[in-house]
Amino acid sequence: MSFTESSHDVAGGKIQLLKDGSGPPVVVFHHDIGNPGWLPYYMELAEDHTVYVPSHPGYGKSERPEWARNVRDIACLYQRLLKDLGLNSTAVVGLGFGGWIAAEMATMCHHEFTHMVLVNAMGIQPTRGEIIDQFLISTLDYVRAGFADQQKFADLYKERPDVDQLVQWEINREMTTRIAWKPYMFNQAMPHLIKTVTVPTLVVWGKHNRVVPLSCGERYQQLMPRAKLEIIEGNHYLEVEKHHELARLTKSFLAGK
Amino acid sequence: MHLMYFTEQPMSAYPKEEGDRYGYTALLFPNKFFDAAEGSRLYNERLEEYRLVEEVGYDGIMLNEHHTAPFCMQAKINICAAILAAITKRVKIVLLGNPLPIADNPVRLAEELAMIDMISKGRLVSGFVRGGGVESLQANANPAFNRERFEEAHDLIVKTWTTPGPWRWEGNHYQLRVVNPWALPLQKPHPRIWIPGVSSRETIVWSAQHRYPYIALNLPIEESKNVWKIYDQVAKESGYEAGPTERGYLIRCHVAETEEKAIRNAREFMWMQGEFTGLTHPVWAAPSGYLGPWARRAMAELRAGYTHVRGANASLERQMQNLTLIAGTPKTVVEKLRIIMEETRPGILALYGNDGRINHEDSKTCIRLTGQEVLPALREIGKSLGLDSPFDVNTPVSLAYSGVQPPKPSASAAAAS
Repeated sequence: MSFTESSHDVAGGKIQLLKDGSGPPVVVFHHDIGNPGWLPYYMELAEDHTVYVPSHPGYGKSERPEWARNVRDIACLYQRLLKDLGLNSTAVVGLGFGGWIAAEMATMCHHEFTHMVLVNAMGIQPTRGEIIDQFLISTLDYVRAGFADQQKFADLYKERPDVDQLVQWEINREMTTRIAWKPYMFNQAMPHLIKTVTVPTLVVWGKHNRVVPLSCGERYQQLMPRAKLEIIEGNHYLEVEKHHELARLTKSFLAGK
Repeated sequence: MHLMYFTEQPMSAYPKEEGDRYGYTALLFPNKFFDAAEGSRLYNERLEEYRLVEEVGYDGIMLNEHHTAPFCMQAKINICAAILAAITKRVKIVLLGNPLPIADNPVRLAEELAMIDMISKGRLVSGFVRGGGVESLQANANPAFNRERFEEAHDLIVKTWTTPGPWRWEGNHYQLRVVNPWALPLQKPHPRIWIPGVSSRETIVWSAQHRYPYIALNLPIEESKNVWKIYDQVAKESGYEAGPTERGYLIRCHVAETEEKAIRNAREFMWMQGEFTGLTHPVWAAPSGYLGPWARRAMAELRAGYTHVRGANASLERQMQNLTLIAGTPKTVVEKLRIIMEETRPGILALYGNDGRINHEDSKTCIRLTGQEVLPALREIGKSLGLDSPFDVNTPVSLAYSGVQPPKPSASAAAAS
């Protein structure tokens, strides 16, 4: 199996989209550090789903919308992308920052998602602990902070990542700066709006998440009427370090089991 | 020549060994190491020194602003400027400058500056800066919009000073319902605006497009020449010939009675770990988006620790050798300053006299010797080289008041954007 790559014009900017598999659709929204490629987690989902992985506007190969100022702007662009793709009824998975985008989309259009999986999602203010401030540390340290096993980091990015990788992280981080600088990594309206979202939601959290505290996951679960919380061993990048377990949880949830 | 005095106003009583232990002296360096009793002493010593600066014949006092770092105690440049407006009579009060992007209401800055100008009876030079990365982080002002905010805040302030209110401002980063301040500058059309920098191309181009003098901060001579090459070219494209009136230069220059004492004190420039000799943190100094895409690759490598800042830890001897730091008796410093003046031809020269733990007495000695023995010699050299300041020949405050056609977007500007 090999994924396909396409480019879609939304509001005057190109959005890069990776796609593979067949079956009911599931759209995966990546982390703020960007999508590192077609991950084993996507492959496992693609065994029985059509998996779509867009690069957020301003990240990866997607063009930067210079005008965008907040994460809701990105969510709006993605609403249009889903419409263009004919995905009027789809499951979504949001990883970290991508979870924030998914949650924003859910608050905008309640009937669009069949299921939502929020994995270590940002977007809501923690009640205990703090979301790690990436702007005070290097991107390298920020990415490493989300890995429980540094060997897994090295397997994916190399022990000493290529300069091209550093540059791509830099481009992604610039976009994060533009849309998530303040308040940092959450929307103050989220606790109020997310209460209205009745989409069946699975919240998955790494027990030892060093990037986004567990209290964010607990808050999503407590506020959303149809959400359950699964805590698994691991840190922030569960789709890399715990991809079998996350894929199993995701597929089981999407299958309604 | 316009000859002015500068010091960073360091909080020199901080424990250096703690800075070494942490590996940085800004932003996250704990402020438990600040001693308010020492701070009070130091602020008052500086004010006494500024009085002496005027007394011994300097033309101006240059001030700057930094935050969350011991190398500069000026948390609000306009406060010190307001004090100087009241306690001095003659010197220009040269602010280099107010960090515009971290201001949420530039009109308030315009008001403060107008008050300083009126109280000083028209002695304000109102420079503007982008602020360093640390300023963006501590003020939580988005570094990705730093340049946009700088330019918009500047436009708003100049309009506030020159266009009678009330009017409304609906900009990209600033929105103000009513702009109609009752404090307006004494100087018309507005106080002079000078722009300091450390050779960022965008800032040089922007300054030249406005015909604002650019003050090169402690650059080696060759780098300064590159700055003027860019500036002069943009000036030409903008319809005017640039010269010494548009050129400023800041140089660290400590003067003492003997060479030995001067060099001993000059080591304090290193001790302070300030802007030019400091422990810079590559993430904080230039957060993502603070610089243009041209810097992305180099900054990514630097932040990851793959590369290191060139010359950041140059020895005192090396810095003295390349004339980015001068120390000595009046006689020796004049000869070195002559080289800088001949090579870079500035009409504005700032002498950064004291730093670190250089004590009050030695600071005053430096100021006195510079005033009595160095400045007269520099004036003669300046005269012989034709280094006029903007005040000497009363240049227009900006291109808008120069009587030339507004500039068309230039190739240089396009390249910098």
